[in-house]
Amino acid sequence: MKFKIVVLAKQVPDTRNVGKDAMKADGTVNRSALPAIFNPEDLNALEQALRIKDQFPGSTVTMLTMGPGRAAEIIREGLYRGADNGYLLTDRAFAGADTLATSYALATAIKEIGKCDLIIGGRQAIDGDTAQVGPQVAEKLNLPQVTYAEEILSLDQKSITIKRHIDGGVETVKAPLPLVITVNGSAAPCRPRNAKLVQKFKHAKTITEKQQGNLDYTDLYNQREFLNIPEWSVEDVKADVEQCGLSGSPTKVKAIENIVFQAKESKTLSSSDKEVEELIVELLANHTIG
Amino acid sequence: MNNLFVYCEIEEGQVAEVSLELLSKGRSLANELKCQLEAVAIGANLENIKSQILPYGVDKLHIFDDKRLSPYTTLPHTSIIVKLFQEEKPQICLLGATVIGRDLGPRVSSALTSGLTADCTSLEIGDHTERRENKTYENLLYQIRPAFGGNIVATIINPEHRPQMATVREGVMKKQIVSDKYKGEVINHTVKDYVTDKDFVVEVIERHVEKAKNNLGSAPIIVAGGYGVGSKDNFDLLFELAKTLNAEVGASRAAVDAGFVESDRQIGQTGVTVRPKLYIACGVSGQIQHIAGMQESGIIISINNDPEAPINQIADYVINGTIEEVVPKMIKYYKQNSK
Repeated sequence: MKFKIVVLAKQVPDTRNVGKDAMKADGTVNRSALPAIFNPEDLNALEQALRIKDQFPGSTVTMLTMGPGRAAEIIREGLYRGADNGYLLTDRAFAGADTLATSYALATAIKEIGKCDLIIGGRQAIDGDTAQVGPQVAEKLNLPQVTYAEEILSLDQKSITIKRHIDGGVETVKAPLPLVITVNGSAAPCRPRNAKLVQKFKHAKTITEKQQGNLDYTDLYNQREFLNIPEWSVEDVKADVEQCGLSGSPTKVKAIENIVFQAKESKTLSSSDKEVEELIVELLANHTIG
Repeated sequence: MNNLFVYCEIEEGQVAEVSLELLSKGRSLANELKCQLEAVAIGANLENIKSQILPYGVDKLHIFDDKRLSPYTTLPHTSIIVKLFQEEKPQICLLGATVIGRDLGPRVSSALTSGLTADCTSLEIGDHTERRENKTYENLLYQIRPAFGGNIVATIINPEHRPQMATVREGVMKKQIVSDKYKGEVINHTVKDYVTDKDFVVEVIERHVEKAKNNLGSAPIIVAGGYGVGSKDNFDLLFELAKTLNAEVGASRAAVDAGFVESDRQIGQTGVTVRPKLYIACGVSGQIQHIAGMQESGIIISINNDPEAPINQIADYVINGTIEEVVPKMIKYYKQNSK
């Protein structure tokens, strides 16, 4: 038994670690100063895919990401951990996409990759926290979906059994293949990079990256096909440009407000016994605590 | 036609709190828009559901009652909503930002090519002028939510596409009964006209739901810990303080991510929204996502050894000090001074 798996992954700014140097003088976030990382739950998704490959040798794991040129890093990271190949969906026409236009683009790329058994992605990305792309890709491909997956319990040619998180509990569902799965952050963490694979793939590059670098290794890329990361444009995936990017996005951003905290009158106390005790006595007196 | 719809989530014959809160918000938005409020209830054994839903000022309740529709699975609920919306053409649809709402909402929005905004913290009605085309859209739904890790607040609109869809977390809106005698129309739909056998390919084989382990949502006093608490052991101090004050323990996302406490204690945009009368923030820096979930607390005390922590700006009392130092003193002096 072999399975063909596509892993959806996104490069995101590390919004969890907005340090002081990432703030501009006016108190707003300098987005370019944030490190770009592999979206955490997409790593959980990759692990689920790699486990299937471990269990069913001959299965393939294909990375798919959409983003600017530097998002090729996501494909390489996937290769370092055990993915077989990957595609970077990159085109100016994809820019400004909301979740629906993103899902449309990803769905067209998945059709271009060809018949697959499972499409696995993280539940949501930390820069938007919407959790919409997985279900929308499923709808665009007319496939069933299982979201918030925590563990794949069993898999055969026709069906898969998955434990998933629900509000206040868990449930186990049985679904047919092909299927779209989104994986929750509570699932198993992703395995680390494999040193041999890092050696093998560290020069894997997209055509754009090759053009930017020196050309000494041209032969290498001709000899080793696996070092070429395909870049796909709107045309390559035969997408309708009207449904991509800004024009394909029903939602528009009307206004953006940077967060400026409203200061209210506050008392500042030291941690001395006297001041802590006075505060407690005050809270008891006005029945805030009882 | 062109009314405001709320998808009502049902567990064990009970309408979810978040759905009732959305009916209340929906009622006030519908008043502003001078349209009707309609509700959709999909599940099994729904004979008594109308008495739970109509009092919130629902003008029309659509019921889809079939044993195959409970427990929730994605495809049949999607098929029903999509077909119903194609017939009814709502202008707005609100769903809970629950596991179900976040599974169903995007699937429906994709099928209808309508926009969906997740986890809104505020919903308003307003106009929008597209300067380039000099076109004005009236009475749009402003879907307001923190974005980009909460460092900005974005107002999202869907000028051209209907319905305008939004999800909202439990506790963000206030629920309010309009009248126990509110007169609404009830329509029992024929389920088989809306679903096909193919919609039932995903099967729930086991299901286990527990009542929430904590009652953060309704606790009058909350002791919350952030990344600054530093360790699981230090979190034990917060549990001790909470026990002393008869309070509940909450946490910021950073503390949950660091593994100090379980994720069901997370307060904020992607956790629980709380309104206690006293909120004691321990080592919480005050990321906006966290603030969004607790800013309506009555009194806020911030214990932090960083005087610049953003949370200090919304705190009523700031105690400059470490958790290890201040929390035991609070326990000690509470015990000494309370009777």
